[in-house]
Amino acid sequence: MSNSYGFGRIILTLVFAMCLKIAPLPVAYAVYNPDWVLLTLIYWSLALPERVGIFHAWTFGLLTDVLTGRMFGQYALAYSLVIYISLSLHKRLRQFPFIQQALFIFFCLLLSELLLFFIKNIQQTAQLKPSFWLSVFVGTVCWPLVYTVLRFVRLAKPIKTD
Amino acid sequence: MASVALLTMEHISARLDPVRATLSHAIDPIRYLVDLPVEASSRIAFSLKSYTSLREENKKLRETQSINQIRLLRYDSLERENIRLRALLENSFKLGEQVLIAELLSVNIAPPYENIVVVNKGTRFGVHPQQPVVDANGVVGQVFRALPHSSEIMLITDPNHAIPVQVNRNGLLTIAVGSGELNRLNLPFLRDNADIRPGDLLITSGLGGTFPQGYPVATVDKFTPPANKQITATPKASLDRNRELMIVWSSTKPVPLTPSEPHEQLKEEEQGDE
Repeated sequence: MSNSYGFGRIILTLVFAMCLKIAPLPVAYAVYNPDWVLLTLIYWSLALPERVGIFHAWTFGLLTDVLTGRMFGQYALAYSLVIYISLSLHKRLRQFPFIQQALFIFFCLLLSELLLFFIKNIQQTAQLKPSFWLSVFVGTVCWPLVYTVLRFVRLAKPIKTD
Repeated sequence: MASVALLTMEHISARLDPVRATLSHAIDPIRYLVDLPVEASSRIAFSLKSYTSLREENKKLRETQSINQIRLLRYDSLERENIRLRALLENSFKLGEQVLIAELLSVNIAPPYENIVVVNKGTRFGVHPQQPVVDANGVVGQVFRALPHSSEIMLITDPNHAIPVQVNRNGLLTIAVGSGELNRLNLPFLRDNADIRPGDLLITSGLGGTFPQGYPVATVDKFTPPANKQITATPKASLDRNRELMIVWSSTKPVPLTPSEPHEQLKEEEQGDE
């Protein structure tokens, strides 16, 4: 019973993250919009590694592909790779202070953005603009916020973890 | 591994389109959900409008409607004359365009330098990729991907988009390439001695087959004469403001050569389209 309840909670936060990802911001601010779906996925993979794994990352990556009209499988690839890394490091990462975690998040976001850019570059020549970095930086800065909010969501009614 | 396989498959063929359509049933609600606050606020603003301002607006609209009606009357006779003249030249003429009004969903799906928007009509209304999209002032773009409940439209200002145009004044053919900014098109393929002036109207040339001929696209910006390489143009359509777009079906059935009675032909064509 509590199992399915927790699952619903995870899905809800991910759907909310997807809404944020396509939020209608003015063009000038849209470059700052970080990859909320990836941040949420990283949080859940750190907090509940036995619940949210590469399969979830892949599925939600695929849904994000459809949502944003990208080529099939590019978000799926980027997300599952990042989640694989965060899963294999989750025990250490939980002990880290926010600053160190944020550094890890920075590299995760950078990795996923670079992968997306690389895939885009195969399709068509793309320019690496300086604004490319903005969403990564903003994502890193937002990590404590995401962490706190999702922690609140997770602990609002305890989910069995072990 | 599966993602790499998917990526290659999509890159090579369009066989995954049904899969995308199925997944989009799960995804489209999110797009509508994000659009909801904007839609609601515009509705509330509309219902709060005063009676007098509505009456004003109604009056203004009536006036423009009657003016447009008169213009259309003239246009009709001109079109028939055009068909007759073309028939004399043994040339075929495309006619009969149907439009579907679609509303913009206010979502940002692509990175900011890609100009892709989402509208609320999809394959359930018969929308298909590569359909031209216009608004009241000019060409907006073309349908880039059609999903069951929504479709993605690439604007003419997208850096990956190019539209064949012609200068309305003298018929000079060229191609307008998107710049990534919503208010600018580039005209990179012009010779130094090309006859083009600031303020010239660019219309679709109909070459390339996607866009029907004769829709206004943009006006040429000011430039200093020797710099013919960097000529830019401003799109006529208000790309960032309009919420209502029209998706065009252009019937490609040409009028037969030298018709005996153009009027009869026209009526038949129109009935055939419906």
